[in-house]
Order: sequence, then C-alpha cells, then structure tokens
Amino acid sequence: MAELVRHEPPLIVADAVSKTFRVPEERTDTLKERALHPRRRTTHKTFQVLNDISFDVKRGEFFGIAGRNGSGKSTLLKCLAGIYGVDSGRMWVNGRLSTFIELGVGFNADLAARDNVVLNGIMMGLSPREARARYDAVIDFAELREFEDLKLKNYSSGMHVRLAFSVAIQVDADILLIDEVLAVGDAAFAQKCFDVFNEMRDAGKTIVFVTHDMGAMMRFCHRALLLERGDMIHIGEPHEVAERYLEINFGRDPEAMAQSTDERGGDGDARVVDAWIEDESGERVPATQQGRRVTLKARVHFLVDVQDPEAGLYVLNDEHVAVVVATTVRESERSGHFRAGEDVLFSFSFDNVLAPGRYSPMFTLAHRGSGLDLMDRFEAGNTFVVTGAEALGGLVDLPVQVGVSRVTGDVARPEALA
Amino acid sequence: MSLELVQVPPASPPVVYSTETLGRPIQGPGALSNDWRRFWHLTYNIARSEWKLRFFGSALGYLWQLMRPLLLFGVLYVFFTKISHVGAGQGPSYDFYGTQLLGSIVLFTFFAEATTGAVRSVVDREPLVRKIQFPRLVIPLSVVLLAGFNLGLNLIVVIVFGLIEGVRPMLSWLELPLIVALLAFFATGLAMLLAALFVYFRDMQPIWDVVTQVVFYASPVIIPVTEVLKQLGPTALHLYMLNPLAVVMQQYRHAMVNHATPSAAACLGGTAHLIEPVVIVGALFALGFYVFNRTAPYVAENL
Repeated sequence: MAELVRHEPPLIVADAVSKTFRVPEERTDTLKERALHPRRRTTHKTFQVLNDISFDVKRGEFFGIAGRNGSGKSTLLKCLAGIYGVDSGRMWVNGRLSTFIELGVGFNADLAARDNVVLNGIMMGLSPREARARYDAVIDFAELREFEDLKLKNYSSGMHVRLAFSVAIQVDADILLIDEVLAVGDAAFAQKCFDVFNEMRDAGKTIVFVTHDMGAMMRFCHRALLLERGDMIHIGEPHEVAERYLEINFGRDPEAMAQSTDERGGDGDARVVDAWIEDESGERVPATQQGRRVTLKARVHFLVDVQDPEAGLYVLNDEHVAVVVATTVRESERSGHFRAGEDVLFSFSFDNVLAPGRYSPMFTLAHRGSGLDLMDRFEAGNTFVVTGAEALGGLVDLPVQVGVSRVTGDVARPEALA
Repeated sequence: MSLELVQVPPASPPVVYSTETLGRPIQGPGALSNDWRRFWHLTYNIARSEWKLRFFGSALGYLWQLMRPLLLFGVLYVFFTKISHVGAGQGPSYDFYGTQLLGSIVLFTFFAEATTGAVRSVVDREPLVRKIQFPRLVIPLSVVLLAGFNLGLNLIVVIVFGLIEGVRPMLSWLELPLIVALLAFFATGLAMLLAALFVYFRDMQPIWDVVTQVVFYASPVIIPVTEVLKQLGPTALHLYMLNPLAVVMQQYRHAMVNHATPSAAACLGGTAHLIEPVVIVGALFALGFYVFNRTAPYVAENL
C-alpha cells in the first residue's frame, strides 16, 4: 500500500549536476605567444569531474561526500558553494549557506585580529553591523581577547588557527559546507573540531561534510554519497559507503605478482605460482567482509621431489605486523610426498576477525624440519581488504561478549580499595 | 560492540519535489550579485582595509602616498619653469602653471594606480576567488576605490597649493565632480578589462606599464595643449583630445585653475564634440564589463 508522506522540502537539492574542466594541453598564457602564433589552435583536454550527480540533503542532516583524491568531491562542494559554475544540472538551496573550505581565507597578516574578523564576516555575507556584533563572540571563543589589537603576523600559528576556526564556526548559517581540511592540525585541535561538529549535529544544523576519512564519516554522518572519478557510486548509509570506498580503493590494484623470483629467497625447489583470496562460495575476491569465513590459497609448483614440506601463511597489516600466522605443521608434520612438476594447492581458512583495513598475505614453503630451510617466500602483490562498519582500533575484532551488571549486596571488596 | 549510536534517517523512496518549494537556485560565480548592499560593503571594506594598511602600515603613512606625485611634481616643476621655461611668462594661459601641473599629476596618479593596481588584482587574490563565493567584480572595483581615496586626499593638497599660488575660488569649481566622474568611469572600464585579460595573458602587466608611460606623455601633464596646437595643428589636437585623460586634465586646468587655458570643448572644436571622448569612455566601460562578466564564472578554474 502506498503511503502518503508529507515531505518537508529538503534544504539542498542537486539534480543531474555535471561539470567538466577544460585543461589546455599547452598553455599559452601570454599575449606575445598569441601574437607570434595566431593560428595555433590550443587543444584542450576535457575532464569530466562530475557526472550526473543527484541528491538531496534534509533539514538537520549531517551529509557526507566521500571519495578519494581526484574523485570530484571538493569540486562538488565548490559547486554547491557557488564558487564553480556547473555545465548542466540544477541545484537549489533553502537557507543561509556558509562555506568552509579552508581556515582563515582572506586573513591579512598586517591587520589586527579585529579588522580581520570583521572583514572575513563581510566576505562570508554578513553586513558590517552583523560582522562587528559577532566579533565579541569570535574573540572570546578563540580566547584571544588580550591579543585582539595584535597584528596577525605576530600571532603564533596556534593562535592563528584558533582565531580562524572561531571565525568559521561562529556563523549564523542554516547550512554549513565543510571541507575536511578544516580539521587539520595537531590531534588536540582535530579533536576540538570534531567536538564542534558533534555539537553542530546535535544542535540540528544541516551540514555537508567532504572527507576521505571513513572513520570520521561513520562517526558523524547520517547519510553519505560516494564519488569515484566524478560518478556517483553509492548513496546511503555511511557504513555501506565506507565498504564501497574500501573496495574501490584497495580492491582494484592490478599489481599482482609484484615480486620477481630473484628477490624471493629460498633454494627454489618449489615456487608459489599464484595466491588469492576466496569467499565462502569459492569466488576469488579482492575484499572480504568482517565476520565472514575467508580462505587464502596458494598454488605451488614443485621443481624437485620434496618430502613433507611445510607451508606457512603470514597475514601482514599495513604496518607490516603479522596479525595471523598459520602453518601446515599444526595440522600434520607429514604433508606428503610431492614429485617434481606437480602443482599443489595449499589453503588456509579462518573466520575473519581482522579489523577493517588492508592486508597483504605472505606464503612460505620450507623443507621439513625447523621451518627455516626455505624453498620459497612469496609476498603476494595483491593485497586484500577487510571491510566492516566498526573500526574500534584493535588489530582484530573478536566476538567479545560484554557484560554489565550492577554490584549489589555484600560482595567482598578487595582490601586495597576499602 | 560500538557504544556510539548513529541515528540514521530511514531510506526514503524516490521523492519528487516541486521546484517552487526548493528555495533559491544555486548559481555559479559571476561578476555581480543580486545583493547590491553586500556588493558595496565588500568593495568598500576591502578598499578601506587596504587603505588602512598603507596609511598606518608605516611611520609616515599618507606622506609616503603623497611623496610620489609630489616628487614627480618637484622635478618637473623645477625643470620646466627654471630650465626649459615652458611654464613661465608665455601668456596668461601659463598662469598658475604649478597648480596646473600638480593637479594633472594627481589625476594621472589616480589613473595609473587604479589601472596598474587592477591588472594583477584578481590573480593576486586567488585564495579568495577559489574559496569564497562573492561577486568577482568587487576585486577590481575595490582597487579603483582605493585609488579614489588617495585622489580625494591629494585633491585637497592640490587645492591648498592652488590657493597658496594665488588661484581664487571660481563657480566653475563645481565641475570637479563631473571631471572626476569621467576619469573614474574611464579608469574603471580599463580596470575591469585588464583584470580579466591578465588571467589569460600574464604579460599584460609589462605591456600596461609601457602603455601607462605613453599615456602620461600623450596627456597635458607637462606640455600645455596650446603647444600641441602650435606645433602640430588643429587636426592633431583633435586626435590628441580623443584621449579621455587629456579631456579630464584639460578641463581641470580650465575649470579649476585658469580660464585662460582653453577648455576641453574648445580644444575639440566645440561643445558638441565633447560627446566623442564620452562615447569612448562609455564604450571602454561597456567592453570592460562585458569581458569581465564573461570571464568571471570561470576565473576560479583558470587561475
């Protein structure tokens, strides 16, 4: 049954927005060159930066625009802000818009804080009176009252950032467009930014936030949009977007078989010729979701006869820490006898408890014994990605059972705490 | 295991909105904006803060601003009255030669400041252009306005100088706003044109520096128009007076300093001919605005 819902009109609507950049192949930017070569046609390369983007942002929504460098996310923000014009498509905004692409835009180092704050307010669209009225709130938030008459060039970089950030957030706008670069600086400052973002979200402000940091996106955003080379890949819940982002970012690397045989070490009695990851259904996959069963396989070609070789697996994370180590010896020291020319498949399966991120598997083959007498060591060039919504910070994400219960009655306390 | 709750609005089915309920359309950047108050506030405050910087930025402040035209005046005055004797005792039109010269230099200084300052203005304010949405025309206009502030102060100096030299107040002083207005339109038209062209042709600056020098000698700053008439004839004088700066300076000399020098209209061969420089100024202004307006939406991308 169709449900009749009276929708409040959204605050931002983008309808089939497209944009291209024209970049001249050979830039002639002097009149002299034009005069000397009047007939030379400058050829242009056209880049499709945004391709048919449609979305809406509702009142009170914290909306993320995600994508890697060059995906067009900042261009989209600039189009929303009216800094770039679009080639086709339409956009509407309902309410006062404020854009923060960079901190302290237009600050003049030779002017005092007061003049800068007022001038910046006027640039942001306030009237001079409003800008002056806002000044006190800005300077107090920045905790720079005693330095208000100091020229900006005499400010420390920390004071500069504080003032700029204060200017940015003390605006009376319904809709804020925020670029992630706003949250640069040291960890404490980034934390302060994020605190403010949280406050804004709780205060019901409508925010469009551009980022490539999936953690931040999942923490703040209600909904997000994923861009890749100007195309809208996905729009929806942040964790879905994060999964797609990790997939397209780390999954498509075509650099398989990165190592040449010379670098591989071992005596070469056997060689790993292929290695891959399979999901539950036996398909080769570039990425796997947390919680699923995952299988890593290596195909080994024996060049000589080998008795009871030992195969090992190391799963290394981004910091080259072996998060998982496994070996066939666990199963049995007697793996069998393999003849020269034979191809053998070794597989390692486990429930994927790895934290979301990128991993590279490494396989080792050793003669029977200590496991140090290597035949081959193979670092698969093709990394794989674990996707998941929650990154709590641990190396692995075990299914921990959490219990909370109130302590009542006469449970004995340790002496030290009494 | 996550302890943080993220409230997610339910995924909505495709919704069709009436465009009338959607607020205002987002337009790309342009030369102008619908909000004229904001346009003016921006222009004025940018010019004012620049002016404050120059005024209070150094110990001598405004004196430095005045120093350049004054030094130029000093050199030219000494040379032409004491050495080459252009400006002394050659008839009543040479009376108050000092005030004529100083005023012309001050008018020229405004023209040079406004136009050469505008050439790089948009490109130099790249961070603003690329990161804030505001009407782009504000940038060159604030440069012209800044030069205007200086012109206002300098004209006071000229008037004081004139009174000391012996010029008496005249009713024709009321023409000053018209003279300045024509000059302002001329400079603004060029400022818009140059600022837009510089984005595409980065050699506009040296080119314009040379042009400014040529204009200086092609205007009645040092050489009175009577000399042009005497040496080159009436046709040449007419062509000479098609330069709007020449009209501005000559009319200043006539109306503000000395009625014995011919008025701009007289040099052109009649009041009706005044329309010619006015049309030139109007056409330049229109061209400048047209070019700037055309390039404004793409400036942020082409910097």
